[in-house]
Amino acid sequence: MSERPDNAPRIDPDPGKGRLEHPRNVDRIVHGLYALCALSVLLEFVVHRHETLSFAGWFGFYAWFGFVACVGLVLAARVLRRVLMRSEDYYDDGDAS
Amino acid sequence: MLAWLQNPGWILIGAGLIQPLLPYRLRAGLLVAAPAAAGAWLWSLPRPTLVTAELLGYTLTPLRLDPLAFVFALIFLIAAGLCGLFMLRVRGRLEPAASLVYAGAAVAAVLAGDLITLFVYWETTALASVLVILANGPGTYRVSLRYFLIQVTSGLLLMAGAIAYIRVTGDPGFGAIGLQGLAGWLIFLAFGIKAAFPFLHNWLQNAYPAASPTGTVVLSAFTTKLAIYALARGYAGTDILIPIGAVMTAFPIFYAVIENDLRRVLAYSLNNQLGFMVVGVGIGTELSLNGTAAHAFTHILYKALLFMTMGAVLLRAGTVKGSELGGLYKSMPWTAAFCIVGAASISAFPLFSGFISKSLILSATAYQGAWIVWLVLLFASAGVFHHSGIKIPFFAFFAHDSGIRCREAPWNMLLAMGITAVLCIGLGCYPDPLYAILPYAVDYEPYTGGHVLTQMQLLLFSALAFTVLMRTGIYPPELRSVNLDFDWIYRRALPAAAAAARNATVSARGETIDTLCRLGDRAGHYLGRAFSAQGLLARTTATSGMVAWVSLLLAAYLLFYYL
Repeated sequence: MSERPDNAPRIDPDPGKGRLEHPRNVDRIVHGLYALCALSVLLEFVVHRHETLSFAGWFGFYAWFGFVACVGLVLAARVLRRVLMRSEDYYDDGDAS
Repeated sequence: MLAWLQNPGWILIGAGLIQPLLPYRLRAGLLVAAPAAAGAWLWSLPRPTLVTAELLGYTLTPLRLDPLAFVFALIFLIAAGLCGLFMLRVRGRLEPAASLVYAGAAVAAVLAGDLITLFVYWETTALASVLVILANGPGTYRVSLRYFLIQVTSGLLLMAGAIAYIRVTGDPGFGAIGLQGLAGWLIFLAFGIKAAFPFLHNWLQNAYPAASPTGTVVLSAFTTKLAIYALARGYAGTDILIPIGAVMTAFPIFYAVIENDLRRVLAYSLNNQLGFMVVGVGIGTELSLNGTAAHAFTHILYKALLFMTMGAVLLRAGTVKGSELGGLYKSMPWTAAFCIVGAASISAFPLFSGFISKSLILSATAYQGAWIVWLVLLFASAGVFHHSGIKIPFFAFFAHDSGIRCREAPWNMLLAMGITAVLCIGLGCYPDPLYAILPYAVDYEPYTGGHVLTQMQLLLFSALAFTVLMRTGIYPPELRSVNLDFDWIYRRALPAAAAAARNATVSARGETIDTLCRLGDRAGHYLGRAFSAQGLLARTTATSGMVAWVSLLLAAYLLFYYL
């Protein structure tokens, strides 16, 4: 794509804190997430759910499954990285990938 | 001839072929007008339509429009139009033209009713798509070559399988094939390569991030979903597809977590989404096949949207490496918002498109009682939210501010992203139009209280896991790196083995020649000693000596005679 040179990105040497990066706001977002998580589990007392597979009907099944799956995924990926990671020019054959 | 041109794909192919000859404005106009015209053409055709033609004694079917083909042809044309809008301002001639031909060939392939016609369009997609990658400059030469070799191999397998199939059945028609005999396996493998089955997948993660910001969007839509369509047509209910698909959903997400190039992260998650569709084909019930078709439809849109946002980032910020980005929401707020819509869709948030399509496949799996596969799919659903839903927008637009300040994406890109985002939300909120065009009648309600709640629990607690891991510093940081995958086998191990074999042959050859020379030298030396002027055989001997030896021999004879 032909672009005019003034489109080149510029680097802000001292990026100020935006509203979303302010620690207080980050804390607010995180606390909001905690609240939503708690709410979603509590709603199970109210909402009727119908599961085809019996074990999926256990209390909070999707909640703890989602949490455990993601923590397991990341921990496994950390181990995997130790085995698989190479420097960026590993396949240095003049290639774009 | 006319029978062949009735396929709406030809409008795009024809447009792509004349497009490079036109001035810039007309070229740009064709990018959007051709898919629109082809879409109108497709819409106007009665369903079902069957057009046959005789060729070399075989009855071929250049056009077969039935419900399954219609869903895929329609979404391919929508994707072609959106891609056209997204690449409207590309000045080069090769990439837009190749994209049009590529999209047209994909549409034509979906509407092909026999294996020979399918093969022709199958190879056309390979040829046109490699040109889309090559258009990004000479740096893509090697990756294009690898990509092309693999795609052509798929085509050759399809051709061999088709020949074997026609010899057995006598009919080139493309219907249910199944894994019977050599033909069934060859065609299965041909489809499997393009569908990026495990161990056959690396062409995807290699080639897609190598294309231009616009080219990758085009690539993401067609090839793999053409393969999914072909599997659904030929191998619905083939059991082996269930474990294959389950593995496809799970293993790419580990790579996606540690990958730094965000477009490659998307390529891994594309692979993961294909897995859901493959499982749907493998289960083979009406619900699961509907799920595969619906998921292909929504997936093409949200995946294109995600690739568009990362393309816009690459264009403006100059990189899509997670390690170098962050804080871009300040410079590109619209792109960030569209990215979040794409991320919510792929993560199957209620009210977004992924939710109303993936649910069909998960429910179909549960109805079969395949609880292990169901758990794998659920794990993959949580995982895809983790790496595509959170990681992509978070590391590109938020995280810590990289300080990069750039302009927002150009208007045509914003418009393309905006329309795609509206479609993602629209389908999620109101899935009925999509359900109405699925291959089988739909008796499914995605929005039940229990379903929405459990999906929200899964996603919220996945987000919780991400938050906890980020705040405790356990989450692996984005690092400049490459990760070894199966392509290491053919990029490193096989070349190294070949080089070692060659070295071994060369040195063995040298040693053999050395040994032979040494032996020859030694033989020559001995012969020389025997025959030379001073050698044993040329030596002069005294007559008296000879007489002495002769008498000695005669005496020996005499002695033996008397004994």
